[in-house]
Amino acid sequence: MITPESEAAVADTVRAASAPLLIQGNGTKSAMLRPVQAAETLSTAGLAGITLYAPKELVMSARAGTRLADIEALLAENGQQMIAEPSHLFGEDQTIGGITAANISGPRRITGGAMRDHVLGVRAINGKGEVLQFGGRVLKNVTGLDVGKLLTGSFGTLAVLTEITFKVLPVSEATGTVVVRGLDPVAAVAAMSAGLGSPFSVSGAAYLPDRREMYLRIEEFETSVKYRCEKLAARFPGAEILGTAASLALWREIRDARCLPPHEALWRVSVRPSAGPGVLEAVAAEGLGGFLDWGGGLVYCAGPATLAAHAALCAAARAGGGVWWLLRAPDALRTAVDVLPPEPPALAAVRKRVQDAFDPRGVFNPMKMQAR
Amino acid sequence: MRQPDPKPAVLAGRNEILAGLQAILPARAIIGDPVALKPYETDGLSAYRQMPLAVVLPENEAEVVAIMKFCAAEGIRVIPRGAGTSLAGGALPMADAIVVGMMRMNRILEINFPDRFAVVQPGVTNIGITQAVQDEGFFYAPDPSSQLACMIGGNVSMNSGGAHCLKYGVTANNLLGLRLVTIEGEVLEIGGTHVDAAGYDWLGLITGAEGQLGILTEVTVRILHSPEGARAMLAGFAANEIAGACVDAIISSGIIPVALEFMDRPAIHACEAFAHAGYPLDAEAMLIIEVEGSEDEQTDMLRRIREICERFHPVSMRVSETAEESAAIWKGRKGAFGAVGRISPDYLCMDGTIPTSRLPEVLRRIGELSASYELQVANIFHAGDGNLHPLIMFNANDPASFAKAEAFGADILRLCVEVGGCLTGEHGVGIEKRDLMSVQFSAAELAQMRAIKSAFDPDWLLNPSKVFPLLT
Repeated sequence: MITPESEAAVADTVRAASAPLLIQGNGTKSAMLRPVQAAETLSTAGLAGITLYAPKELVMSARAGTRLADIEALLAENGQQMIAEPSHLFGEDQTIGGITAANISGPRRITGGAMRDHVLGVRAINGKGEVLQFGGRVLKNVTGLDVGKLLTGSFGTLAVLTEITFKVLPVSEATGTVVVRGLDPVAAVAAMSAGLGSPFSVSGAAYLPDRREMYLRIEEFETSVKYRCEKLAARFPGAEILGTAASLALWREIRDARCLPPHEALWRVSVRPSAGPGVLEAVAAEGLGGFLDWGGGLVYCAGPATLAAHAALCAAARAGGGVWWLLRAPDALRTAVDVLPPEPPALAAVRKRVQDAFDPRGVFNPMKMQAR
Repeated sequence: MRQPDPKPAVLAGRNEILAGLQAILPARAIIGDPVALKPYETDGLSAYRQMPLAVVLPENEAEVVAIMKFCAAEGIRVIPRGAGTSLAGGALPMADAIVVGMMRMNRILEINFPDRFAVVQPGVTNIGITQAVQDEGFFYAPDPSSQLACMIGGNVSMNSGGAHCLKYGVTANNLLGLRLVTIEGEVLEIGGTHVDAAGYDWLGLITGAEGQLGILTEVTVRILHSPEGARAMLAGFAANEIAGACVDAIISSGIIPVALEFMDRPAIHACEAFAHAGYPLDAEAMLIIEVEGSEDEQTDMLRRIREICERFHPVSMRVSETAEESAAIWKGRKGAFGAVGRISPDYLCMDGTIPTSRLPEVLRRIGELSASYELQVANIFHAGDGNLHPLIMFNANDPASFAKAEAFGADILRLCVEVGGCLTGEHGVGIEKRDLMSVQFSAAELAQMRAIKSAFDPDWLLNPSKVFPLLT
């Protein structure tokens, strides 16, 4: 494994590469999407450190190999946080480069936006070994094409991220949760839609089928949390309100998908919220368990790594007008199936030309996202 | 502003091209008459004018596909146009180009409240989306000042912002899906009614691409429920530095107001003369701060903000007590461009973004530039997110005055980049800032962006004189 300690060394490594490279940070998500056949691994783990933090301007820059946990710790010392609330489902060694390359978010994504919404700028090395910077450190920027968004979620297939600049926000004074018990998935989504369609700025809406419990989160000043939770709870007979400590623990559990059963394979499905219950039902027949976040639109599913389970999940995602990601599975399944929805031919043609535009020699994570 | 040389064969073949368009479009969709073409010669940046070869006004996606295939086959340049409100010359025609005006594709196709989205055609106005959903208490969040006129297709193409994006984000943060027709006439379906892309974030790339990658035929936006209410307050300060420090203190306290607007003395005076909103004429700088929530929540939040402002010895402070007073406060700000237009018939509206901590220094240096160019400037600033709008006043009847205004504007944008900011926060590069792109980007970075465009538009037929410096 090559672990350069400077951006220039990353560029040198790329320029010198004569065969495909596996691009990664700490490799916590190496079982995500398709396996990469590469002669060598290029890790950005050696590029660590926060290079800019301006709390009053709500902005931070960190080298790609900086651990998410370290970033969150510094933010917390200053009463701030990552807006997208990235999941720790892949452990405590995830880097900011990996979080960005995989566009990892958490419950707050539904109203606060995903990681891709808060990336303000990136530094990256393209396949020619050129050091490039797109975006910057300011909150509003429409100068040129938004290459930062294109690279976010591109899983290291276009360029090697070396530094990411992102927007942060203050932690709210208090957090409250309205809990409604005894709901089936359809009733839960109706309740989440009512909450998200209310004037109260709900910042999380999840449902755990095993507990038959639906949760709506409010993050505000103490007085507003009390007021808004009471207004929301009044809409649901028997609703209960959790205080800040219990809410923080609950939403960490949801963020990190801790309620999932032990499993061989893990998927994520994004559909329109009202289609979430249909996905849960369809995959249950193949032995997959799961839960709903993002008001019903995000379905985490876990269970046996079988072709039948994958096929059922894909069909259910399509029926809900949505998409899927195979997040973790043995190599055999990841090699055999569409880990992401296949592209229509016209889009695939554009995608290949864009890949060529960044990485003409095809050295970055070949076939990580698609088999072709 | 220099444009690429027109293609002689296209200019010479104008009659055949019009005949070719007639073969694929209804007669009402084609404008070739010079008098009827006149309104299309410019957009919101009216200092630049150029008559196009022709204008077409498609009414459905199939017509857009036919137009694109025709233009690709004939090698004709294409200029996409929404309402023509671009302040950066994004819709400025070229002599050998066909302008594709999207205003007739103005239908709302689907509204879904439980799943909180609306599917609309690109010619629906920004305010039109909110009007279609407000009876149920919903709204579409991004609110550019031109929202009565500007169209969602243009908003997506320029990634438009507005005064409330501090809380609600810009266009890119409020989209779910698009349909894009490429120059080859392929229809790309991007996203849908769910969030997050499986595969590359085409939605993010196409948003703000200024018509370089294709023409939009459908946009799916997120809609939100309105808050219970909103209220604004004003605070005037004795110096720009003090107002800037107050902004820092508000953000540092953990309060993110829904809007946080800054106006300097010339802007205050211009807007007060226009709106009679009770702006403090004795202040050097003024903040408009808006909060949302129930009556009690508004009162509580405004009390916190007032306490912070008081630490900076405001020369005046006024919390609106009613919706009417809040509306009056906003009337001045939202009418700022018109207000400056009353003082000076011609002005250039700049649009850089800076790190907010550099505001006092940037305003001081803009003041020095104003003195050396002998042109007045009024500064309006989305203070929470660092987006600066200097309005440079000049006399369009005097070519020397216009040239000075352009040079002054370019100096301001160079200054924005120098202090760590960017050329444009929400208006786009267009033709106006095209030649400044090399101030912000290296040759390799520009080449990378050009290569992305080439992947969508190999022959550079789409809006080719915009965004990227011309290759000589």
